[in-house]
Amino acid sequence: MGIESMRVKDVQVGLRRKEFSDVELVKAYLDRMKRHDKNVKAMITICEEEALEQAAQVDKKIADGKSIKWMEGVPTGLKDNICTRGIRTTCASKMLMDFEPPYDAGVVEKLKKEGLVILGKYNMDEFAMGSSNENSAFYPTRNPWNLDYVPGGSSGGSAAGLAAGFATVTYGSDTGGSIRMPASFCGVVGVKPTYGTVSRYGLIAFGSSLDQIGSFGKNVEDAACALKVIQGHDPKDATSREKGYDKDYVSIMKKGVKGLRIGLPEEFFGKGVDPEVRNSVLEGAKQLEKEGAIVSSFSLPIPESGLSAYYIISSAEASSNLGRYDGIRFGYSASHCDDYQERVISSRTEGFGNEVKRRIMLGTYALSSGYYEAYYNKAMMFRRKVRKLFQDAFERYDAILTPTVPVLPFKIGEKLGDPLSMYLADIFTVSVNLAGIPAISMPSGFSKSGLPIGLQLMGNEFSEETLFRLAYALEKELALDKKPIAMEVV
Amino acid sequence: MAVYETVIGLEIHVELATNSKIFCACATSFGDEPNVNTCPVCLGLPGVMPVLNKSVVELAIKAGCSLNCEINLINKMDRKNYFYPDLPKAYQISQYDLPICVNGFVDIDKHGERKKIGITRIHIEEDAGKLIHIEDQNDTLIDYNRGGIPLIEIVTEPDIRSAEEAVTFLKDLRGILVYSGISDCKMEQGSMRCDVNISIRELGSKTLRTKVEIKNMNSMKEVYKAIKKEESRQIELYRFGEGYKIIQETRRWDASKGKTVSMRTKEDAHDYRYFPEPDLPKLIISEGQVKDIKQSLPELPKDKRKRMMREYGLTDKEARVLTEEKLVGDFYEAAVKLSGKPKETANWMMTEVLRVLKAESVIPITSKQLAELIIEVEKGTINRTVAKEVFEEMINTDRSVFQIIETRGLQQISAQNILEEVVDKVLTENSKAVADYQVGKTQSFGFLMGQCMKATKGQGNPNKVRIILENKLTQ
Repeated sequence: MGIESMRVKDVQVGLRRKEFSDVELVKAYLDRMKRHDKNVKAMITICEEEALEQAAQVDKKIADGKSIKWMEGVPTGLKDNICTRGIRTTCASKMLMDFEPPYDAGVVEKLKKEGLVILGKYNMDEFAMGSSNENSAFYPTRNPWNLDYVPGGSSGGSAAGLAAGFATVTYGSDTGGSIRMPASFCGVVGVKPTYGTVSRYGLIAFGSSLDQIGSFGKNVEDAACALKVIQGHDPKDATSREKGYDKDYVSIMKKGVKGLRIGLPEEFFGKGVDPEVRNSVLEGAKQLEKEGAIVSSFSLPIPESGLSAYYIISSAEASSNLGRYDGIRFGYSASHCDDYQERVISSRTEGFGNEVKRRIMLGTYALSSGYYEAYYNKAMMFRRKVRKLFQDAFERYDAILTPTVPVLPFKIGEKLGDPLSMYLADIFTVSVNLAGIPAISMPSGFSKSGLPIGLQLMGNEFSEETLFRLAYALEKELALDKKPIAMEVV
Repeated sequence: MAVYETVIGLEIHVELATNSKIFCACATSFGDEPNVNTCPVCLGLPGVMPVLNKSVVELAIKAGCSLNCEINLINKMDRKNYFYPDLPKAYQISQYDLPICVNGFVDIDKHGERKKIGITRIHIEEDAGKLIHIEDQNDTLIDYNRGGIPLIEIVTEPDIRSAEEAVTFLKDLRGILVYSGISDCKMEQGSMRCDVNISIRELGSKTLRTKVEIKNMNSMKEVYKAIKKEESRQIELYRFGEGYKIIQETRRWDASKGKTVSMRTKEDAHDYRYFPEPDLPKLIISEGQVKDIKQSLPELPKDKRKRMMREYGLTDKEARVLTEEKLVGDFYEAAVKLSGKPKETANWMMTEVLRVLKAESVIPITSKQLAELIIEVEKGTINRTVAKEVFEEMINTDRSVFQIIETRGLQQISAQNILEEVVDKVLTENSKAVADYQVGKTQSFGFLMGQCMKATKGQGNPNKVRIILENKLTQ
């Protein structure tokens, strides 16, 4: 079996049956990265030494006849906004190009404790701001299905890297769709869990009330395993939640979907949705019906105002979160500055890219006295309304099915000069973050041009198990799981 | 000529007496090496998150209860955004529109009458680091040890009418906060800081005129001086028809020059862009918690003063001095309990103990030692003069009253035969003084008495010496 089609289960079984060693496995991934990443550009930092050392430890345990933990030895990787002690964490920004955190993020602590092997840090849009990965200060990541296309963003490196076979599972962060959108564009499964189920400690903040770390897998089961291993309360994150961690998605998801009620919100299938996308997602709905789910349409008037509210709230929080990058204590510092003010201004002017500056300005404006009521406050009011609308919907439905992105993957450079049309790519994903609810994006099919299409399943707070059940059933029905990753083109 | 009235409101920042900082586990101790009490959280490194220290909330509620406030049960924290090098995150976590305590008051004494000073609000926030400007150099160093130390900001109503009232209020407030263990309130160390809002209006007017904020006073004395100075500056401007020159601004008190200097005007005031802190969940306080804290409040200085006057027969002045600091009051009461002599103990406190406390900032003896000393004087083992010597020695050694008396042989001499011998010797050696006394110069009695005491190295029982001396002179 090629390393690129290996699933978590294959790794778990292979290591235990000694079909291969963890070092061999890690070397194979590293080798694949070296051969193919010059085309995909998914990686920012490859942690070769650390990964091999970690794998050797796993091998020693196995050789000594000791039992290894459930996910131990599984090669993984992180979006480069998740802090790793002693390994540079750049946020794909010039600002943090040489930043080596003196601490591990909460999820990294968990991963290390559970024995997963961190292969590297994946490319992203600078500070997670973007929907195409073109905002990386280093280089844009390309879509492994067609290198002329974007992988989506902002966790584009984690999605493209996984699709290209650079790890068994990967991790990203999702503030307004940053896991689901690239999952959709790269033909993998991406999960944005309920806000508070995964520690944000050590996730470099963008929009703190929206940010959530989640997982990518090449199938539903992998994504569920990857999520299970990082979830849980973290005393260092006051917004992390105490409940809902005892669920074993991996066994529950195989229960079938009989009787589950699925809502199709009209507003997510109308104008602006590419017919190929619409048909593919509706095909998914039909399959679920075949499996015994009850599917019906309803109205959920969220998308447009939700998008505005999202961009106001996330930018407002970002404008505050990014204030600390002043060139004084860490990160990029402009040279030849005479005084404090000049240093701060020059460091920020030179250290941040255009999209980041755009969001800082937008957010600063929205919070300014005189505009606060009209923008930030209004956005917060709409956010409460979004929550209410979802709550009402989840009284009638167990899950909501929509396209993840209204359009097919677009070409590199295509939307770069038009931020608004780029923002529109997030229109179906942002409301999930506003409401703090979980959602999964999974492949629903392919366009005529051979590009992946994704569908999105949204559920009520802490209903991940229901979403995994639906996704698992759907995946079997659509039989997309075994589709080869198109690395042959590389 | 118009008669003016000063209108003053205070904003007081008080560092809470917690062991660790407000959002991380770093120590809060004062005077440590720069930047040793820091961690990624209080340095605001990327990705870190704050976790609210529960004892901060408890102390803030305690402050609210001590100052007769209502406690808001639903609280949130907010971000106050501004760039300054002492603020590593470029925002201060504070409370904006939902402060933890509102609508309180403090009763102060004004010429024997009570006056109510309203407390508008108390909110929780974090302190910033400290900038250290090096003299004659262009560099500024930053010490982040103070960054993240928990503060409460207490805002008063504009109820204060003079510098005297302001200082009385501050003293009472400090007493309350120190007594309740909320803060050590050391203005010189910055654990209590006071900004003054001051405006002037014609007496009888009800409207508030343009106010000026004064900052940077680091003692009560400076607060007093700064108010006096600003008051006369504003009155003078009004008097000469130049009231328009009083603009809403912040002025810095320059203690060395004894005047205020403009820092910034309203026009260049910051837009802090407050918004709810997304990294901290809403803070819900239960009524039970407030009730428990209310019940645990210690006796406040005012109540203690009244009780001491009643219980120990102290004067108002004595009670006031002895309750100014909790430490002193506690020491006094412990000593009284052992000595059973409240008046005598108060005398010792007011003279010797407070003198030493002032010089050394600690009381170097125990209340038990003081009580024993008083008992020994009372019993007649030593006289008062010798007792002072014993007291001095106790400060410098850790020997007991008895050990000192014993080893130095300080017991009072009361034996009739010994004292008579001494008096006889003095009378023979000072025949001139004796002659003087006998022709009616009674003041020479004092001289002879002194000589007798000197001859006993101060240990003679003064009453007995006096009687013997009187008897011998009139024989």
